[in-house]
Amino acid sequence: MAQICGAEVDEEGFLVDLKDWNEDICKQMAQDDDVELTDEHWDVINFLREYFEEYQIAPAVRVLTKAVAKRMGKDKGNSKYLYSLFPYGPGKQGCRFAGLPKPTGCI
Amino acid sequence: MATKKFMYLNRRSSFGTVYAIESLEVVLIAAAFEQDVSLAFMDDGVYQIVEGQETDGIGMKNFSKTFHALGDYDINKLYVSKESLEERGLSESDLMPLVYEDEDDDWEEKPSIRVVTNDELKAIMSEQDVCLSF
Repeated sequence: MAQICGAEVDEEGFLVDLKDWNEDICKQMAQDDDVELTDEHWDVINFLREYFEEYQIAPAVRVLTKAVAKRMGKDKGNSKYLYSLFPYGPGKQGCRFAGLPKPTGCI
Repeated sequence: MATKKFMYLNRRSSFGTVYAIESLEVVLIAAAFEQDVSLAFMDDGVYQIVEGQETDGIGMKNFSKTFHALGDYDINKLYVSKESLEERGLSESDLMPLVYEDEDDDWEEKPSIRVVTNDELKAIMSEQDVCLSF
């Protein structure tokens, strides 16, 4: 099985064990995707991790967008902004960086 | 895509079998496709939404927390059988305070749980396009 910084990932690059996550793994995943992590990325990544902690699921994009709008304001709670941060999808790519499983209902 | 009315009927308790967690999983998938989704809890299924579940001792994921996310998925119709609660010595106050924010009413928090009699539940079920039992 493939590994990132010594942690096992599945065939789509998601961490097998959520507890393995750390910032270095996140940075390595971003580098592999040619994404330069900014504070804006970390805001969303941290938000995703908190969301998972509270609800035990990775949110669907629609729910993520709504929740970000509520938490960080309307200018950030829209899919254009979130896709500009995570070009492969705020749900799929964002959750992967955050060490979460693939969002339920994400195909 | 035309919207259909889906009801997910939960009749088994949270742990011991995979029915409860699988049902919740399917519910979230259906909601991602923006269908009209409602849930019903009867028989031992009412235990799924009891407040204060603790799974550390059995080494399983405490997915009862996920019920709190349902409001964000626009799932705000959770019917609970009054008779099933009573048979188990439970009342509405033993259940998790699940709420949703009403978009049409200035995002006011409203309860998602509706305790209904089995006769009322029967009528609600007959209005559904699809009813899936877990």
